[in-house]
Amino acid sequence: MLSHLRTMWLVFIHLFRKKETIEYPEEKVALHPRYRGRIVLTKDPDGGERCVGCYLCAVACPVDCIALQATEDENGRRYPDFFRINFSRCIFCGFCEDACPTYAIQLIPDFEMGEYNRQNLVFEKEDLLINSQGKYPGYNFYQVAGLEAGVKKKGEGVNEETPVDVHSLLP
Amino acid sequence: MSTTQQIWIVIGVLFVLLNIAAGLIWVERRLLALWQDRLGPNRAGPLGILIVLADTLKLFFKEDWIPPFADKWIFITAPAIVVGSVLLSFVIIPFAPGIVVADLNIGIIFFLAMSSLGVYSIVLGGWASNNKYALLGALRGASQMIAYEVFMGLSLMGVVMLTGSFNLGDIVMAQKHLWFVVTQPVGFIIFLIAGVAETHRLPFDIPEAESELIAGYHAEYSGMKFGMFFIGEYLGITLISAMIVTLFFGGWLGPAFLPPLLWFVIKLFFFIGLFILLRASLPRPRYDQLVSYGWKILLPLVLANVLITGAIALWLRG
Repeated sequence: MLSHLRTMWLVFIHLFRKKETIEYPEEKVALHPRYRGRIVLTKDPDGGERCVGCYLCAVACPVDCIALQATEDENGRRYPDFFRINFSRCIFCGFCEDACPTYAIQLIPDFEMGEYNRQNLVFEKEDLLINSQGKYPGYNFYQVAGLEAGVKKKGEGVNEETPVDVHSLLP
Repeated sequence: MSTTQQIWIVIGVLFVLLNIAAGLIWVERRLLALWQDRLGPNRAGPLGILIVLADTLKLFFKEDWIPPFADKWIFITAPAIVVGSVLLSFVIIPFAPGIVVADLNIGIIFFLAMSSLGVYSIVLGGWASNNKYALLGALRGASQMIAYEVFMGLSLMGVVMLTGSFNLGDIVMAQKHLWFVVTQPVGFIIFLIAGVAETHRLPFDIPEAESELIAGYHAEYSGMKFGMFFIGEYLGITLISAMIVTLFFGGWLGPAFLPPLLWFVIKLFFFIGLFILLRASLPRPRYDQLVSYGWKILLPLVLANVLITGAIALWLRG
């Protein structure tokens, strides 16, 4: 009986505690810089698109919300012809960001995407591309990847076979 | 008192009670939220009070569905019984001097009779739903009634003995010098426990027990039929609070700087708040625990209370 009264008293004094509620539209939640919200496509320091159209994000996506078509420009540089994310399906898991070899696709701390029309949640490349380098400033895929490190050439390592000529059909 | 005056009192009591019962939806949600470090509904209207309107409108526009396997007429009657019996109990409560619908000389007995009828809505509703959870809820409702009805009536006998009358107006007037909560503390505590069980409120919401019986006896109800059970529950809280105030806390008596009706309402809302606090803080016992608690502890206690009160009353009378 006494423990019941004590419980009631302890619950009662919660009346004077500070409330946990954040009154959302007026007060915003403090989102951390690496919060996974809306997806954007970033650019490299020279202002070019980082995306190389490798489809890894589309493969990694568990809900298949990413659709893209790769194409090449006159220098043989791959880029996406179109890049479409259906945010009404996206679950903001960040797998696409993990899969991306060029840090092009990134999730930013913005989740306020309420819409009355579902079609408005399908974002095209123009909506996704931002003029920023996102979480990796100064990184340019082509400046660091596939370059000679000045140590040894292809096929020169211990027990390494010589490279195959991919343009030949001969074994 | 003229007939028109009487009719106005009836209409006024009905209007105020139904509004209090509806307003309690908001009061309960806000208070529960505050006790759980939340804010609760605060958007619709000032302090969120229009949530009542929104809830009621929502209930009215819900599909009023009767399951094809249900016993149709009993299914429809059950929600009306709970509201009807509780509203009938309010007939005897003196809200202020002169403001009472029927000044019955068997007031308390009428109240006990009407509040016992309320359990029919649970048993019939649960039975007519033809659903195993509803039936389990109904069975529990019946067993709970066996547990609390016994000591509920007896716990009031001390008050009746001290007053010498079943009339609630007389009981209020008998507390002019000393509230009965001072002379009948055991009676008060036991009536409070019985009252919580009677209204099927937490911690004694055994017939509905959301966590085990989904909603117990009203699992099959929707729309305004569910709303009637809902309103019946809040009316029940108001009724038991009003009875506690009248029987143990001097009814409308109070210092003269406030009108009697206001004193009654202040005391009433104190006990309604206590009901909600009980809900916020205490866990639900098993129903066999409630039954054995009622029969093994509270019944002997209340019998001893009746015995001792009777002896003292006789001794005082000389």
